[in-house]
Amino acid sequence: MDFEPTEEQALIVDQVRRFVREEIWPLEAKLDPDASRVEPEDHARLVAKTRAMGLYGLGIPPEFGGPDVDIVTQTLIAIETSQHRAGLYSPCFGAFGGAGLAQLYEANDDQKQRYLFPMLRGEKRGFFGLTEPSGGSDPARAIRTKAVRDGDDWVINGSKIFISGADGADFGIVFARTDAEKGRGGITCFIVDGDTPGFHVRRVVHTLRSGHYGTELQFEDARVPHANVLGEVNRGFAIANDRLTRQRIPYAAGCLGVAVRAQEMSIDYAKQRETFGAMLSTRQAIQWMVVDNEIDIRTARWAILAAACKAARGEPFRTEAAMAKLLASEGASRVVDRAIQIHGGYGVTKDFPLERWYREMRIRRIGEGPSEVQRIVMARDLFDQALY
Amino acid sequence: MGVRLEKPWRELTAANVAALAAELGVYQLADADGRIVRIGYAGGRTLFGLRSELEAALRAGEAAKFRTEVTAQYLSRYEELLMVHAADNGVLPPGNAADARRRTGRLSPG
Repeated sequence: MDFEPTEEQALIVDQVRRFVREEIWPLEAKLDPDASRVEPEDHARLVAKTRAMGLYGLGIPPEFGGPDVDIVTQTLIAIETSQHRAGLYSPCFGAFGGAGLAQLYEANDDQKQRYLFPMLRGEKRGFFGLTEPSGGSDPARAIRTKAVRDGDDWVINGSKIFISGADGADFGIVFARTDAEKGRGGITCFIVDGDTPGFHVRRVVHTLRSGHYGTELQFEDARVPHANVLGEVNRGFAIANDRLTRQRIPYAAGCLGVAVRAQEMSIDYAKQRETFGAMLSTRQAIQWMVVDNEIDIRTARWAILAAACKAARGEPFRTEAAMAKLLASEGASRVVDRAIQIHGGYGVTKDFPLERWYREMRIRRIGEGPSEVQRIVMARDLFDQALY
Repeated sequence: MGVRLEKPWRELTAANVAALAAELGVYQLADADGRIVRIGYAGGRTLFGLRSELEAALRAGEAAKFRTEVTAQYLSRYEELLMVHAADNGVLPPGNAADARRRTGRLSPG
């Protein structure tokens, strides 16, 4: 199997790489080191450039106006767009757009008119409300938020936690239990408007990320019309699960991009920094760290591209996506840690992006399913077992 | 840490500002009656953290009082304080009017 990019892919990757270095790096140099967004006028300028490149709206299916870029090329792009300080969670500050809440592509026509199309036009923002205080790794059992049918409405009660963007969203996709007896077969997905009476954003959840936060949500007799059920009643878990599997490839690619950049910085620094009369790059201890970085980077790259290739061929890729996510998040964590060690004291200062990546990369081993869950997913497939 | 910044106000004087540590964090400025006029943060690019920020506020004659909170999560705490203020008062502090254009979120802290 050959993972070398095609000529067209190489041209696109080169274009995106120059965009990151020529547009994002200078802009970021003026921002707070923990910043996750840019001023609206800067965002508009960046988006105009990605539109001109024909790459705005990556992840949006072409029939909905997105560029016709296959998943392997999208993955190669994602490896590039994270190669800056804020890149792990805000790649290019959203200049390439994105699919938004991909579940809405499965919505009915009425829901598409009310939510999907306004979201794609940038007029509405949504959040994804799955995780609850009772647990996030096993949502099929942890979901305690309940929805009870009442005439043409559903009445939702419960809470969610670690939900990004809910405080500024116009609507959200919320998962609630609609049949207590059916486990994962008793969960339904609802579209909840942000101004629904009884829906509250109760608090900000501060994390290792300073520029980005989660929120805790509360539903107190929040009344949602039956017309806002996304998909079928009691079939919501499949919607959540599909999203989690698909998201693992770009999630892993983002980790890899940061690792690549940390490795470049480490090599550059080791060639300039002198200790005891010789360059760091001549020290075996440093050389081995750089080599170990390269092993982690190449291992993750192969796993990510293997997953993307299977997805592109339309084959099942759940195990490959889980393996890619695990290898990339854990490998990139080691790479950033070694990069800090190579940079010494400078590595932990806000003068360099490494300390931010170190904090944020720790979250990547938990977000979108922790490493342990990725192993469960792989083991289930290897043993051909149902999820317990 | 409570949702609101509820430390006692201090007079915005050169002596009080000079006593501040060069830490990252958030701060609130108030008029003589304790009405918040601006919420701010001392981020990673400030020269001497909260001290630099409050020195600038003192020079500008922006406020009569101040209070601070040292935190490494200065950006998310800053956003939280803006949202809490908006929830309590219906509007952002006058000195944060510019923040409204980038759409500060909503919070119902209860």
